[in-house]
Amino acid sequence: MQRFSALTVAREICRFFALLAPLALAGAQALAADAPRLGGELVFAVGETPPSFDGHRETTFAMIHPLAPHYSTLLRFDPHNYPKIVGDLAESWSFSRDGLTATFKIRKGVKFHDGTALTAHDVKATYDKIIFPPEGVASARKASYAMVAKVEAPDDLTVVFRLKNIAASFLANLASPWNFVYSAEKLKKDPRWYEKNVLGSGPFMFVEYAPGSHWIGKKNPQYYMPGRPYLDGYRAVFIRDTAPRVAAVRSGQAAVEFRGFNPAARDDVVKSLGDKAVVQESPWACNLMVAINNEKKPFNDPRVRRALNLAIDRNEASKALSRISVMKYIGGLYRPGSEFATAPAELNKLPGFGKDINAARNEARRLLKEAGVAEGFSFVLKNRNVREPYEVTGVFVVDQWRKIGLNVTHMPQEGGPYFNDFRQGNYDTGIDFTCEFMDEPDLYLLKYLSSDKSPINYSRYKDPMIDEYYDRQSRMLDIKDRLPLLRQIEKRVFVEQNYQFPILWWQRIVPHSHRLKGWKIGPSHYVNQDLRDVWLAQ
Amino acid sequence: MGRYIAKRLLLMIPTLLGVAALVFFMLRVAPGDIVELKYAGSGTFAPKEAIERERAQLGLDKPLAQQFALWIAGVARFDFGRSMWTGRPITEEIKIRLELSLQLAVMATIVAILIAIPCGTVAALKQDTWVDYLVRTFAIGGLAIPSFWLGIIIILGFLILFSWIPPLTFTPFWVDPWTNLSQLIWPALAVGYRYSAMATRMTRSAVLEVLREDYIRTARAKGLWERAVVAKHGLRNALLPIVTVIGLEFAFLIGGLVVTEQVFNLNGIGMLFVESVTRRDYTMTQALVLLVACAFIFMNFLIDLLNAWLDPRIRYQ
Amino acid sequence: MDTAFKKRLSPAIAFGLQRPLGAAGALVIVLMGFAAVGANVLAPFDPLENDYGAMFERPGKAHWLGTDAFGRDVLSRLLYGARTALWIGFASSLLGTGLGALIGVSCAYFGGRTDLIVQRFIDILLSFPLIVLALVVVAVMGSGVGNVILAISVPMIPRAALVVRSSALALRQMLFIEAAVTLGAGHWRVIFRHMLPNVMAPCLIMLTAFLGQAILLEASLSFLGLGVAEPTAAWGLMLRGAAVEFAERAPWMAFFPGLAISLAVFAFNIFGDSLRDALDPKLRVF
Repeated sequence: MQRFSALTVAREICRFFALLAPLALAGAQALAADAPRLGGELVFAVGETPPSFDGHRETTFAMIHPLAPHYSTLLRFDPHNYPKIVGDLAESWSFSRDGLTATFKIRKGVKFHDGTALTAHDVKATYDKIIFPPEGVASARKASYAMVAKVEAPDDLTVVFRLKNIAASFLANLASPWNFVYSAEKLKKDPRWYEKNVLGSGPFMFVEYAPGSHWIGKKNPQYYMPGRPYLDGYRAVFIRDTAPRVAAVRSGQAAVEFRGFNPAARDDVVKSLGDKAVVQESPWACNLMVAINNEKKPFNDPRVRRALNLAIDRNEASKALSRISVMKYIGGLYRPGSEFATAPAELNKLPGFGKDINAARNEARRLLKEAGVAEGFSFVLKNRNVREPYEVTGVFVVDQWRKIGLNVTHMPQEGGPYFNDFRQGNYDTGIDFTCEFMDEPDLYLLKYLSSDKSPINYSRYKDPMIDEYYDRQSRMLDIKDRLPLLRQIEKRVFVEQNYQFPILWWQRIVPHSHRLKGWKIGPSHYVNQDLRDVWLAQ
Repeated sequence: MGRYIAKRLLLMIPTLLGVAALVFFMLRVAPGDIVELKYAGSGTFAPKEAIERERAQLGLDKPLAQQFALWIAGVARFDFGRSMWTGRPITEEIKIRLELSLQLAVMATIVAILIAIPCGTVAALKQDTWVDYLVRTFAIGGLAIPSFWLGIIIILGFLILFSWIPPLTFTPFWVDPWTNLSQLIWPALAVGYRYSAMATRMTRSAVLEVLREDYIRTARAKGLWERAVVAKHGLRNALLPIVTVIGLEFAFLIGGLVVTEQVFNLNGIGMLFVESVTRRDYTMTQALVLLVACAFIFMNFLIDLLNAWLDPRIRYQ
Repeated sequence: MDTAFKKRLSPAIAFGLQRPLGAAGALVIVLMGFAAVGANVLAPFDPLENDYGAMFERPGKAHWLGTDAFGRDVLSRLLYGARTALWIGFASSLLGTGLGALIGVSCAYFGGRTDLIVQRFIDILLSFPLIVLALVVVAVMGSGVGNVILAISVPMIPRAALVVRSSALALRQMLFIEAAVTLGAGHWRVIFRHMLPNVMAPCLIMLTAFLGQAILLEASLSFLGLGVAEPTAAWGLMLRGAAVEFAERAPWMAFFPGLAISLAVFAFNIFGDSLRDALDPKLRVF
C-alpha cells in the first residue's frame, strides 16, 4: 500500500472540493432562484371569442389562447430558444439521404384526456385531415404542405412523411401551433367533430365554456411529462373592448393578456401595479403595409408607386407611432431581427428607408410631376376600422402623402367590405397586413407572389421573377443559399417596382403580474401557448 | 276584452313577419361574407374551394327566396337554427346573454323609476323655482352625457381610487347575489340615470297636467292636505304616461345597450348584436332582431292593456 | 315683471325672460353655430396637421387646449368638430323629421288602407333599437359622413311620422281642410299647402330633440368605429381610442370633446323642452 503524505491527501481533498464547488454553487443558485411552485389558477384575458374549436381550420389567436393548452403537437418551438424546433409528441426524427422521407418516432405512453392511448395512427389521421382534408372539412394552412405526397403510420410509434420535393419550410410547418393532434377514432366517426368538441392530450383538460364569457381548463393528471403542468388550471376571460381588458390586468383580476398591449396600456399597467408588474417586449412577426391597386391609373406607373413609398418617413414613424401604437420596427420584407432580415446598413440604402426625408420627398414630388400626376391629386386609402394600429397608421400615411401634395381620403371599413374591396380590386390604395406564426420567408413572401398564384396578393400584379426566385429559395435547405435570392426579391419590390410595401413591423408588449412565471415572450403570439411551463408564484 | 287581446295578438304576426323580411334582405345586401371574413381575418390564405364548400354548408348558395322560406318555416317551429359563426344552436347562444341583459334591464328600470318619480313630482310641485331648474338640469344631464364616456369614467375612477374593477364574468343572481350585484349595479346606475331623464320629464309634465285638473282644484278647495291630494289623485292619473314611456323603452334596454356593454364588458345581447352584424352572421342577427322586436311589440301590448286597466275611459273605446 | 310690459317685448326676449333655462340652451346653440361657421377663422391650427414633435402637449400658450396623440391642436379640432356635429345633426334631423312629417301627414290625410299599411311599416322600423338600425344601415352602405347621416335619420323617420300623424289626424277634421278638398284642391296641394305648415310646431320641437340625439348617435357610432372616419375632426371620433388610453396622462384629450358633446346635447334638449312648454305643452314627443 502506498503511503500518502499529508500534503498529498490535503491536495486531493482540495481538488475534490474544487470539483464540487461549481456544482455546489449551481445548486445554491438553483435553490435561491425561483423553483416552480405547484398549484393555482391562471386567469388571463382574451380579446375575442373562438369561432370554432378546430385548430386546423381557424386562424385567430382567439382560438389558440383558450384551446392550445388542451392539445399536443408533433413538434414545437423551443420557448427559450425560438425558433429552435424540438419534439412534443415526437421523441426523435430523421430524414432519408435524399431528404424526401421524414421519419418520426412517437413518444410512448401518451394518453388522450378520455384515457385512450395516443399512437402514430392518431398523428397520421391528424395530418391527413390537415393536408388532404375530406369533403366539407376546411384546412386553413393546407397550401403550406404542398410538398407532402403521403403520410404513413407503419406501426404504433412511427410516422413517415413522403415528400415530393425538398422544402426548407417543411419541418417548421410541422411545429405549427395550429396542428393539434386529434384522435383518429373521433375523426373517423365525424371529421368535423373537433369543431365543437375538445379532446386532446395536452397539459390541461377541458372543463367549461360559457359562450362570450369564459373558458376553463384543469390540470391533466395523466400528462406525459412528469411534474407538469404546474398550474391547477386556467381560466380565459373574454373581454372584447380594449379599455376593460387593460383594466382587468391593471386591477389584478387577470394576470396577463397574451396577445399584446400597446405602449399606453403598458404604462398604465406599470403605473397601477408598480413593482408587481413585469413587462416583456419583443418584436412581432406582424406588419402593416401599403397595398396599391396596380391595375388602376395612375398607380400602374412605377414612378407613382415609388413616390408613395418615398414620402413615408419611416424613421419618424418609428419614433412617433411606437409611442401610441404597436407599430415600431423598421424593416423590409422579412421581420427585422430574424435571421432572414436585411442588415440596417443595407436597408438604409433602399428607397423609403433613407435618413434624409426631405430629399426623398423632393424626389417623390419630382417623380409625380414626371408621371403627370397633378398637385392635389385626390384618391382613397381604404383601411380596416380597427383603431389600433390600423386607423392610427392610416392617419399617419394620409399625413405623409399630404406632404407631397396628394389629397387622400381615409376610408376605414368593416371587415366584410374591407376584404371584399381588396379581393375585387375595388380600391386605389389600402392598408394591408401580414401576421405569421414563424419567420419563414415562404410565408412572408406569399403576399408578393403574382396575384394569379397568391390569393392574398391584393395588389393585382404579375411578376414572374418573384415567382421564380420564390420557388428556388423554398427548395434550398441552407439559409446561406436562400439569402441572396431573398435580397433580390426585396430589391425588386423596393427599388424597382414598389407594388406594395410594408410600413413598419410591430412591437409585442406583454405586461403581466409578477406572479406569472415560466412564460417567455416570442415574436409570434400564436406559439407556445399550451401553458405547460407556466406557474404562479406566491 | 278577450276579443281585443286576440285582435292585438293577431296583429303582431304581420308586423313580426315584416321585421323578419326587412332584416333578412337588408343583411344580404350588405357586402361581405361570413366565411371569407373568418379566413381573411388573420391575413392567412384559405383556398377558394374551402370557402365555397363552407358557404354551401351554411346554405348560402341557395336562392334567397328559398333561404328565407326555410328560415321562416324554422322560426314557426321555434327553431332558430345555428349561428353561422360558431355553429352552435342560437337558442343556446342567446340564453346566456339574455339572462344578463334582462337582469340589467330590470335593474336599470328600477333605478330609473326610483329617480324619476320623486324628482319629477318635486319638480312639478315646485315649478319654475330653482328646485325645478336643478331637477331638469340633472334629468337632461342623463340624456346629454354620452353613456360610454360615463362608463369609462366610472371604471377609471374605480381603478384609480380603489385599484378595483367590477367582476369580469357574469354570475347568476341565485348562485352568488353579492358578486352578481357588484358587477351589474354600476352599469344599471349609468343606464338607469340616462333612462330616468325621459321619465323624469314625463313625470313632471304629467303631474303638472294633473295638478291643473278640476278635480284637484276641488280637492284643494275642500281643504285636503296637499300631499294626500297629490299622492292619491294626482299620481295615479299621472301614472299612465309615465308607465307608457318607461315600458316603451324597456324593450330597447335589452338589445340597445351596445356601447354600455362594451365599456363594462358585459356579455349581453347588445354585444352579440354588434358582433353578429359585423361578422355577417345572418341567422344570429335575424334571431336577435326578432327577439327585440317581439319584446317591443309585446311591451306595447302590455302597456295598452295597462292603459286600459288604469284609465277606464280607454277601455270602452 | 308685469304682463303688459311683457306683451310689448319681442316674443324671443319674452321667451328668454320667462324661461331662462331655454334661453341658456339657445345661447349655447348660437355659440356653437358661430364656432362651426367661423372655424376657419377662429381655429389657430389646421385640424388635420400632424405634429410629431408636439404629441400630448398640455394645455398651454401654444396650444390652448393641448394636443392629441398625433400632435393635432385640440381647440382647432373642437371648433371644426362643431361644424361636423352641426352638419350631421342638422342634415339627419331635417331629413328624418321632414320625411317623417310627410309620411305622418300623408297617413292622416289618406287614411284607410294606406294608413294601416304604412302604420305597419312604421311599427316594423320602430321595433329596432336606435343603434341597431343605424348599425345595419352602416353595414349595408358603409361608413363616411353621408352614410352616417342616412343611418341616423332612418330611425328618426318612424318616430317623427307617429307624432306628426296624431297631430295631423286632429287637423284632418278641421273645416278649412274640408273646404280645400271640396274646392277641388289636389291631394298633394292639400298636404303641402294646408296640412304640413300647420304641424310645424311639433316638427320644430322634434327637430331640436332629434338634433341632440343625432349628435349623441354620431358619437356612439364613431366610438364603435362605424361613424365618421379619421382624420376628420368630429367630437365622437376624438373620444375614440387614444383619448381613453391616455385618459390619465392626457385627460384634456377626452375631457373637452366629452364636454362639448354633453353641452351641445344638453342645450338642444333644454331649448326644445322650453320651446315645447311655450308652444304646445300637451305634446308628447317620445
